[in-house]
Formats: sequence, C-alpha cells, structure tokens
Amino acid sequence: MHRPPPEPGERYRFTVVERWVHRTTSTLMMTAIVTAACLYLPFLAEIVGRRRLLVVIHEWSGILLPAPLLAGIFFRSLRADLTRLNRFGPQDSGWAWRAVRHGTRAAGPAGKFNAGQKLFSAFIAGAVLVMVGTGLIMWFPHLSALTVRTGASFVHDWLALVVGILVIGHIRMALKDPEARHGMRTGRVSRAWAKREHALWTEDEEQGEKHGREQEPSAGR
Amino acid sequence: MNKDGRPVGRRVVLGVAALGAAGVAFGARFQNGIDSFLATVDSKDPTGLTGLLPGGGGFQIYNVADSLPHKSDQDYRLTVDGLVDRPATYTLAELRAMPQTTLVKDVQCVTGWRVPDTEFGGVLLSHLLDTAGVRPEGKALRFTCFDGVYSESLTLDEARRPDMMVAHQMNNAPVTDAHGGPVRLYAAPMYFYKSAKWLSGITVTDRVMPGYWEHYGYDVEAWVGKSNGRNDAPTSP
Repeated sequence: MHRPPPEPGERYRFTVVERWVHRTTSTLMMTAIVTAACLYLPFLAEIVGRRRLLVVIHEWSGILLPAPLLAGIFFRSLRADLTRLNRFGPQDSGWAWRAVRHGTRAAGPAGKFNAGQKLFSAFIAGAVLVMVGTGLIMWFPHLSALTVRTGASFVHDWLALVVGILVIGHIRMALKDPEARHGMRTGRVSRAWAKREHALWTEDEEQGEKHGREQEPSAGR
Repeated sequence: MNKDGRPVGRRVVLGVAALGAAGVAFGARFQNGIDSFLATVDSKDPTGLTGLLPGGGGFQIYNVADSLPHKSDQDYRLTVDGLVDRPATYTLAELRAMPQTTLVKDVQCVTGWRVPDTEFGGVLLSHLLDTAGVRPEGKALRFTCFDGVYSESLTLDEARRPDMMVAHQMNNAPVTDAHGGPVRLYAAPMYFYKSAKWLSGITVTDRVMPGYWEHYGYDVEAWVGKSNGRNDAPTSP
C-alpha cells in the first residue's frame, strides 16, 4: 500500500484496511450487544418492545460479525498483524499476569501488541465463532434436537456475559489511553508513545518484514 | 517478521471453540444444576441481580409491539363477538363481578424458562362463552390485544377446558402492565406465548386463525411437553 511518510515524530500503526475492519467489527459487535440487552434484560425489554425487529437485527449483526475480518484477510498488512497477534514471544510469557498484578506499565516491554491484546483478540475470535454457531442452532431450531438447543442457549447466554464484560474492559482500556484511540482512528501514533507502550515494536521489525516479503512473496501467515 | 514463538493465539481460538462445542453437547445437563443453584442464591439476594443472570429464574418480559401498552382499570374493555348470539363488551368491574377461579400452576415458556407455582385469578373462558352463546358453526376463538399487534387462537374444545381463563389477578395482585394487565389470557396447559397479554377481544370463528408467533413457525397446538419439539413436564395435565 502506498502511503505518504508519516509526520516527523510519528509512525504508522494501522493501515486503512485494518481500521475499517476494526470499525465495522465494533459497529456490528455493539449492535449485537445492544439488541441482546434489549431482548434479554426485562427492564429494557419493557421499554423497547418491538421484539421481532430486535431479533432480526440481532441475528444479522451477529452472523455478519466475522465478515470484516474475513474480507481483511486478503490484505497483507492485516495478515501480518494477525501473525503478530498469534505468536507469543519470550516477552509475552507471564506478561498478562504481571499486568493484572502491577498494571500494564510495570508488566515489562511489549512488541507491537502486548500479551493482553493478543489474548483478548484470540478469545474474542474464538467466542465469535462459538456465538455464531450456537446462534445458528437457535435461529433454525428445527434442525437440531432439544438437548442440543438447550446446550446452545446455555453456551450463548453465558458466553454473552463473558464477551460483554471483555468488551467493556476493552473500551475502558481505550478510554484511558487517548493516543491509542488516535492510533486506531488515524493509523498513526507518536514515536514516544510507541516507545513507551510497545518498546519491542522496533523499526527493524518492519524493515525485516519488507525484506522478508521480497524474498517470499506468498508469506501471509 | 518474527515468526518464532508459540502460536498461543491459535490455541486460544481453538480452545474456546472446543469449550463451546462441549458446552453445547453437555450444557443441557449443567443447566438444571445451575438453575437450582441460582434459585437458591436468588431467594437470598435482596438486590435481585441474580435474576439477570442466564437461568436466574423469574419471568422474561416479551413484547412484540412498539412500546409497553397501557390501559387503566377504567378504560379497559373486553369485547366478545363473532359467531355468538349475544355479543358483549365488558368493563374490568363487570369481569370481577363474574364467578372467579384461581389456578396455581407452573408457567413454561417455549424458550425454556419456567416459573413454578404462579397464581392466576379471573374468569374461565367457558363462562364467557356460555354467557355469549356460541352458535353451532363456531369452532375456534381468535384473541386480539390492545398492543395492536399480538393475536392468539384456541379451538372451542380447548377453550372450554377448566384451566383456560381470562386473568386479571396474578400472585394475589392485579396483573401489571409488563405482565399484560389489566387483563390477559391464561392458557395453563400450553406454552406461555398462548397466554396473550393485553387481551382486548375474543372473536368466535369457524376455523382456527393462527396467532402472531405461529406465523414465525411456532406450533398452533402449543401443549407443554408435546409441541414445538420440546419435552418439558406438563404444566396442567
């Protein structure tokens, strides 16, 4: 992707593709969460009503949740970051535990993504798969036996609670860090922030990436 | 790029997916244990927060209309018409003056939740039908509601059962707006979607006209435990 060099003192963190994948996924996720709350919590259900409409919106926002990421797979920048999220380096072992105990600042240096971000993204990805699967079982109830449907709504309900708490935590972390939000909005972060929050996300890494790409054009994972 | 390191992300994704699949396979067995555990906690929880947890017990409030309908006790009217000799419109006071019946049974929703020993009080449908005088060609009832959207149906034989009533009392208090007050249908032996809230009209028809959810695949004959692919214990055998 061609892009102008960043402002002095800044560096690129996310490409246009990555930001749009994040934007559309978060819109779908919030739609699914808000409609779920209106369907599930009695005091909201009383106020909002319109049950059939809410069900349709919830079903479609839910089933479309994996779509932005699947579309993004066709772009190298996103695949590169998926690889970074997938792999745990030596700096990541114990990082999440240290962050819980002493705060993220005192948990040790991180790469482009810290271990908490890696675990969050992986858990949400798995959870979305499970929510879509169990959601489909409930969407088409005549295709499965009663015990399967009961099991599916059991998983869907409890996992929804976990996902809701995690998403609130994710938003809380973003609210505490304006520069991280700036990075997701514009794609650029200051070098000072990058050094402070992601010390091991080095220029060398990106140089190496470029180099590797020339040698191995199909490197996607 | 650094491709060393363990693929922890992939393991987490697969792990969550595997846990989810196991939950689907065995969740039905867990559910009962968790339900009874939460019921115990709920009975000692003054905040009522456990009621919001999955399977936390109590009623879920379902409403298909745009907003929560409301009619005061004075404004409320119930119309009985269609294939009858004596069509009539009743006020709430007139309904209260009729012979009253009280039923205490479990409420079973088709989505799975069940509320034990719920008391409903009101007038049996059979009394209203006898008062109106059903003509020979009348075969079924169509129920309409003042939310403007919902509708339900029963055959005449079903409606004459001694556990089918027009209820204005629930657990010794007037039926609230959220529960379908001031007057709702209470079809004890059937899944609770049959018990139309905000009941405003009973029309005797010559055939069954399927109700709101029945257009979206729910069974018209909604016997608890014998319909909608479910096997719950009957609420009113």
